[in-house]
Amino acid sequence: MTTAHAAAPTPAAGPSSEQAGSGAAAAPTPRTGGSRRRPRATGWLAVLPLIVFVLVVFGLPAFAIATNAFKTAAGSPGGQRWTTGNLDQSVHGAYLTALWGSVKLSALTAAIGVLLGLPLAHAVVTSRFRALREGVLAASGVLANFGGVPLAFAFVATLGNSGELTRALGLGKHGWSLYSFTGLTIVYLYFLVPLMVLTITPALDGLRAQWREAAQNNGATTRQYWLHVALPILAPSLLGGFVLLFGSAFAAYATAAAIVGSSVPLITLQISNALSGNVLAGQGNVALALSLDMIVIAGVVMALYIPLQRRSARWLH
Amino acid sequence: MAALTPSAARAGRPAPGPAGRRRRPRVWRGVVGLVAALYFLGPMVFSVIFTVDVPGQGFTLSSYSGILDAPGFGSSLRLTLELAAATIAATLLLLVPALVAVRLAAPRLRVLVEVLCSLPLVVPAVALTAGISSVLQWGPDDFADTPLFQTFNEIQNPGFPVVLLLAYVLMALPLAYRTLDAGLRALDLGTLVEAARNCGANWPRTVVQVVLPNLRGALLNTVFLTLALVLGEYTVASILGYQPFAVWIVSVGGSNAQMSVAVSVLSLVLTWVLLLLLAAAGRGRSTRPQRGTRRSAATTAATTVQENS
Repeated sequence: MTTAHAAAPTPAAGPSSEQAGSGAAAAPTPRTGGSRRRPRATGWLAVLPLIVFVLVVFGLPAFAIATNAFKTAAGSPGGQRWTTGNLDQSVHGAYLTALWGSVKLSALTAAIGVLLGLPLAHAVVTSRFRALREGVLAASGVLANFGGVPLAFAFVATLGNSGELTRALGLGKHGWSLYSFTGLTIVYLYFLVPLMVLTITPALDGLRAQWREAAQNNGATTRQYWLHVALPILAPSLLGGFVLLFGSAFAAYATAAAIVGSSVPLITLQISNALSGNVLAGQGNVALALSLDMIVIAGVVMALYIPLQRRSARWLH
Repeated sequence: MAALTPSAARAGRPAPGPAGRRRRPRVWRGVVGLVAALYFLGPMVFSVIFTVDVPGQGFTLSSYSGILDAPGFGSSLRLTLELAAATIAATLLLLVPALVAVRLAAPRLRVLVEVLCSLPLVVPAVALTAGISSVLQWGPDDFADTPLFQTFNEIQNPGFPVVLLLAYVLMALPLAYRTLDAGLRALDLGTLVEAARNCGANWPRTVVQVVLPNLRGALLNTVFLTLALVLGEYTVASILGYQPFAVWIVSVGGSNAQMSVAVSVLSLVLTWVLLLLLAAAGRGRSTRPQRGTRRSAATTAATTVQENS
């Protein structure tokens, strides 16, 4: 931020020149000149590897998706041609069902996650025990990043066909199955609720006690305070949280793959099936078209999230 | 609060208000906490019970004792740990110099770096994998007669698949960027560096002895997040056909459900232990007061440089 010519402030120059002796005093002029010219070049040089890395490792796959999604399969009769057939296929039939299934599951779990995460975060924020707060936030940090395989197996052991709870309560007789839309919803909440707690905690911290007191002094009930003061202030954060949760649930693959295989139609499972040729051979480029659909939806999600986050940041000073 | 009570009393609002307000939330908070605890601890507890309680045999630890001898356990764990170490090193080497440089020398590059690091968020892991496998197809299809073909083969070497390393670093970028950026934001880096330089430290020494120690907390957080990401990563590896730890757990689950749950439990415990260790290690001077005056920053830098002379 501050460039070198701002120089060391005078109060600091006193003690430091005593300590550092002649070293600091001897070379002020050349160093300022040098350090102003050097950083610009070094700045570019230091950022260059990152630029190159992202351009290659992100750029090449992105380019492959963007071009091959519009080409016929490599071994197709008559060679490779440009086509919109893949995209067309990706929004029809079984693929459309999967896309719709993913959107439904993500929207439902994100909504429930927001509704459950808010009271939980509020209980934590208003708690007087620092240790509890730190513990819950640390645990949320772990659990929010704890999707995938161990989570899937923890639920298989609990609520799967031979899971402990299933056997203990005889849930199987009541038609319970973990390998279903409902089952996946319950599993997904396990990492979405902690993610919501992490997202909303800073916003709840920003709710000042004075506002609550002011509302009460004006005779507002708790319900009125929440309805007219707290929720309007929290609204962007809550919406932003919903969008973030939606994106997480939408992109999740490992959990679903390890639990349901492919009995629930989800877009991520369809992509991996199409890639590995499990169902039909030569669907590689359809997988790329499906990926393109996913990227478009994820891009919309991000585009919604960023302005919401900006707006919610206004209150958090 | 103290100031509020008398004024509230003056306004003719007796004690019941605050007292009532205090009793209700307590019950409500207890209920919320209990439900959350049941939901989040339940699967963990039942997983442990599931692994030691085999139907028809009663209590047994066989699912744990069999892990070490299970085929593929050692090699998959080794592969994962190697990948994790390489990913952490590569992520830090790419990001730390770039972020420090953006803070100190090239603020105009800041937006560019932020965009670069956020791009992977827009491409879900499955879609990225589809793109990668498509790129890997170019090897045999388009570059069969060129030296590039060797490269394509080399990065897919099953012993140490560089292609996974590249994908993991890319996936780690958004989180790592945020964590490091938050750590840097809490420092007055410009002043720190200036003070160190004025005390006669050269650039490498400034970075090693002043900048990095002040970033310790953020660095440890980044290491942990990256480690957790690589330990649990399943999507890219399984679709591309490699077998690191997470993929191995699933393949075991097909034949021995008890053992796969046991391994999951262990990997969870391992993650928690790592987190606790890192939290303990980062409890030092990771967070410094925001309002570090120029003088104190200068003194800190000066003493750091002095002490290590």
